[in-house]
Amino acid sequence: MTLLELRHVSRIHGSGASAVTALNDVSFAVQPGELVAVMGPSGSGKSTLLNLAGGLDTPTNGDVLVEGVSLGELSSRALAAVRRRSVGYVFQDLNLLPALTAAENVSLPRELDGVPLRRARTEALATLERFGLSDVADRFPDDLSGGQQQRVAIARAFIGERRLLLADEPTGALDTTTGESVLRLLREQCAAGAGGVLVTHEARHAAWADRIVFLRDGRVVDETGEARRPNGDAIATGGRS
Amino acid sequence: MSVKLGLLALLDEQPMYGYQLHTTFKERTGDTWPLNIGQVYTTLARLERDGLVEAAGDDGDGHQIYALTDTGRAELSQWFATPVARSDRPRDELAIKLSVALTVSGVDVREVLQTQRTATLRDLQDLTRQKAAVDEGDLAWLLALDSLIFQAEAEARWLDSCEERLLKKEVRR
Repeated sequence: MTLLELRHVSRIHGSGASAVTALNDVSFAVQPGELVAVMGPSGSGKSTLLNLAGGLDTPTNGDVLVEGVSLGELSSRALAAVRRRSVGYVFQDLNLLPALTAAENVSLPRELDGVPLRRARTEALATLERFGLSDVADRFPDDLSGGQQQRVAIARAFIGERRLLLADEPTGALDTTTGESVLRLLREQCAAGAGGVLVTHEARHAAWADRIVFLRDGRVVDETGEARRPNGDAIATGGRS
Repeated sequence: MSVKLGLLALLDEQPMYGYQLHTTFKERTGDTWPLNIGQVYTTLARLERDGLVEAAGDDGDGHQIYALTDTGRAELSQWFATPVARSDRPRDELAIKLSVALTVSGVDVREVLQTQRTATLRDLQDLTRQKAAVDEGDLAWLLALDSLIFQAEAEARWLDSCEERLLKKEVRR
């Protein structure tokens, strides 16, 4: 099933003469196994696109579908549930709660889902192990390196049933090799069947994606590679390995 | 390759004679590309032979003036629409192309930039895929790939900065 689909999505802030078009008729889809990077100068609509994809903002026109569910048709309660259960977020910073250990940070979304504490912790430890982070489970964010913090944040984004990851400059302040290990991790998760949208202004980071979408003034101006069909095949050979 | 196309681009603005072309070319490319007057004349002769330019009278002082033909104009549009291959740059054709594109009317420089950016990012994706598949132990190959990746990244960043400068200029107008 298509993990994320934007159908002719526009977002206009304000109205009348002072209206600002942040996104203008943008359509694209993310299939399982696919990492899509979104690039563009500041003000091109990258963050707006990510907020709309994650149900944090509502389009003025068009439809956003997460795992086939149109977000516009949902009650705010149902929307909150989709945000919690289907979508994982990773931001540049402010990712982890400093008063909670790594394991508690990772288990938090499951606890909010209503999963019993003990089971949420078991799931969190299993997820941390999957990401090679078992030895930091009981440490607090301040005791972790920047790279470890970001890896814990990614682990948290994938706990439970979440298969769609939305990442905004996730390698922000990390050095070259640490940033690369974070991208490698995203890449591997997508190869294993998840889907991701990576917003970045760094060409070297975007290059880890299967497909790069270029935004300018709220419009898609170009793309590398071809969109995939929902069954995972490329529609045309776009040089994907 | 691109001396020829650089001269075609200049003739697209207005017909010129050889010496004028030589001076204008030097002004536009900021001496990044040494070009002697003899090259200009031999290139013009070849362009005329291939039907890309034609003789258009003289300037009254006996200087032969050349003008672009429709075939020449088509060749020029094709050049602007095609990204430069990273492996095919004995001199920096891309830098020449952009500085010339800026001064030729009717060329959408942001489109030229975007066409190039997409091609550069494709290269970068290919290199990154190769890197993702390399065994961590193969350090020599990793370093070589990194070198190519950083070169491609530098080009992408330069394209971004060209676009920013272009936008600032448009805003000031």
